[in-house]
Amino acid sequence: MMALADILIAALLVAGGVFGLVGAWGLVRLPDMMTRLHGPTKAATLGVGSVLIASMAFFWVHHDHLSWHELLIGLFLFLTAPITGLYIGKAHMHLSWKPEELPQPPSGAEWATWGKGAETSPIVTVPDDAPGRE
Amino acid sequence: MIRRLLPHPALSLAVALIWLLLVNRFAWGSLVFALALGLVIPIVTEPYWPGRARLRSPLRILGYLGIVIHDIVKANIDVARIVLFMPKADLRPCWLVVPLELTAPEAVAALMGTITLTPGTVSCDLAEDGSALLVHALHCPDPAATVDEIKTRYEARLKEIFR
Repeated sequence: MMALADILIAALLVAGGVFGLVGAWGLVRLPDMMTRLHGPTKAATLGVGSVLIASMAFFWVHHDHLSWHELLIGLFLFLTAPITGLYIGKAHMHLSWKPEELPQPPSGAEWATWGKGAETSPIVTVPDDAPGRE
Repeated sequence: MIRRLLPHPALSLAVALIWLLLVNRFAWGSLVFALALGLVIPIVTEPYWPGRARLRSPLRILGYLGIVIHDIVKANIDVARIVLFMPKADLRPCWLVVPLELTAPEAVAALMGTITLTPGTVSCDLAEDGSALLVHALHCPDPAATVDEIKTRYEARLKEIFR
């Protein structure tokens, strides 16, 4: 029984490591900034998730007490990961894209990045050789 | 009276619960302290929470979480396969516009978070008037189908949860 649990914990740790590695590899391999954003926001969530489940299982099996910290780490990670992704994406749009290169909202409004509030931002023009463009 | 003492019952409960989880071992002293924190923090931070999320059917959140977790696992495997095996020339990244029917800010935030955490999509921007989402997809041969899936799978469910 103990051995079975250990095998399961080891398998989860290996899976976590593999998904973390794939996320990092995606960062290296994918062609441009926007696609690179996908590697870490996805593969990393399941990678960290598996390690957290393995940690909970380990303390439960070997130390007979259920540890709740992993649940909190998972919760905070899943709350913050989309916000980081959103802000990296917005900063990149601001620096390297022009509004007319993107599809427009059907209502005729601007995307918030280029809306009225953006006019007072120090970055308003996009140089043609801006980084990260394909 | 009860409204002034407990301006935000859900927040109070969340603060108390998170404190108990942080302590990691049950003790009556921690429970008292957790309740005190749950009482004091919402009162002190009240000015920063002008609106309240109004829920229609809170129990459906559990079903929604189940679907999202299932999709996260599936998305991870899909994205891993694309990263490892798909030749760069076959990759079809594209921008999607998702028209929104949701209006509650909490519901839109939940939808954006879900989109970023699931199948090869990252939510990048919101229209100034809140009428549409700009989403970047890693690989989508059929943009209309992806938009449709986001609307039927996530937005429809969120519309039932939030008022």
